[in-house]
Amino acid sequence: MKPPIFDFVSPGSLQEALSLLAAGNGEAKLVAGGQSLVPMLNFRLLNPSMLIDVSRLAELRDITEQADFLSIGAATRHHELEMSSVIAKHFPVLSAAMRHVAHLAIRNKGTIGGSLCHGDPAAELPMIIQLLDARLIVQGPDSERTIKAGDFYLGALTPDIAENEILVEVRLPYLASQTGWGFEEFARKSGDFALAGAAALIKADNGRISDARISLMGGDEIPLRATEAEEMLVGKALEPALAEQVCDSVQDLVTPNSDLHASADYRRHLIGTMTGRALDAAWRHATGDIDA
Amino acid sequence: MPDAKRIKLSVNGTTYEELVEPRLLLSDFLRDTLGLTGTHVGCEHGVCGACTILLDGDSVRSCLTFAVQADGRSVETVEGLGTIEELGPLQEKFRKHHALQCGFCTSGMLMTGVDILRKYPLATDDEIREALSGNICRCTGYEHIVRAIREARDERTGEMT
Repeated sequence: MKPPIFDFVSPGSLQEALSLLAAGNGEAKLVAGGQSLVPMLNFRLLNPSMLIDVSRLAELRDITEQADFLSIGAATRHHELEMSSVIAKHFPVLSAAMRHVAHLAIRNKGTIGGSLCHGDPAAELPMIIQLLDARLIVQGPDSERTIKAGDFYLGALTPDIAENEILVEVRLPYLASQTGWGFEEFARKSGDFALAGAAALIKADNGRISDARISLMGGDEIPLRATEAEEMLVGKALEPALAEQVCDSVQDLVTPNSDLHASADYRRHLIGTMTGRALDAAWRHATGDIDA
Repeated sequence: MPDAKRIKLSVNGTTYEELVEPRLLLSDFLRDTLGLTGTHVGCEHGVCGACTILLDGDSVRSCLTFAVQADGRSVETVEGLGTIEELGPLQEKFRKHHALQCGFCTSGMLMTGVDILRKYPLATDDEIREALSGNICRCTGYEHIVRAIREARDERTGEMT
């Protein structure tokens, strides 16, 4: 339970971090909060030649309101997201989700960029960026790429990011005003990885849904958007029969695993239930039944 | 073998300068290098909470932090809360309410307690239990720990951060 031998560098700038990463020839790893990486090192699941600590790079730590989107630096810590009044104003669904991310001692160190690049399919942030149609800004040695959240995950724990690239910024496009939201997850114990979870956004006009988004975690190797289910909602009010159809559709979409924590059938059942509750909350927010 | 790194940090107000191997966990640095064995090591993958310390005032798992990452920073451990002769305020609550039995989880519980009392309203027992849920205790059944935190909350002074 002790990590393998590696060298450790704390670069003073993003440019220096990129140079070190390039010089590492795929053997160097970035560390930010280390809340997933260090357990993997302690278990000796990884054997990097060097750790490059990006957690102190001030250029990766800002939350700023741009004209069309909220910009979040990749090394922003979970607890900073949890407490940010700017995030609470624009994306209350994100604030709510952060309270489910592990425990305070983990949230004090873990970062949004670290969680997204680790890419656990049962983690909150990879799912929330699907819901919010985030854009991820990835810096390479010579150029920058913008990746849509929906294209970011190639498989479990596998983001579309090259060995010489660094995720530097997460951009969240603002939502239409009075978009209702819901976030629900089920975990055996508070702070544990959820067995299943769902988040929903609903925009309603005159008692009809004009726009809906549903994202799911724990349902597949990667977090999902339930686009078919979203389309079923448009133009309608969220009546119980419709909610049931939507949950059925979500349950057909997912292919959860069986393991010692829960069977695939139980996880599928939970995803339906979580989707139903998230939709109900989003609908009530959107129609003014509960305060946004 | 990479070179050892020279680090300088404050632990409970005392400045230390030491050479450390990059892979040395902060938990092992505190216990083995500095001899501060009040910080306990349980699972070494961030699950049990026994090794919780404060880094620049925030509770963190010292088993998921490398000693080199504490360079230039301030660390507080259970040894900084009080002494056997003179317990700190939260330690005194734990004593009064019998919030420990074997004591293995206690230092982590206390350091977590300090941080949650600063950061969260802890308005209900559910909120206290939720905030403590990252620290595992196998003896007490938690009830007495909740009582200790509840009383500390009621007597809390100062602004929450």
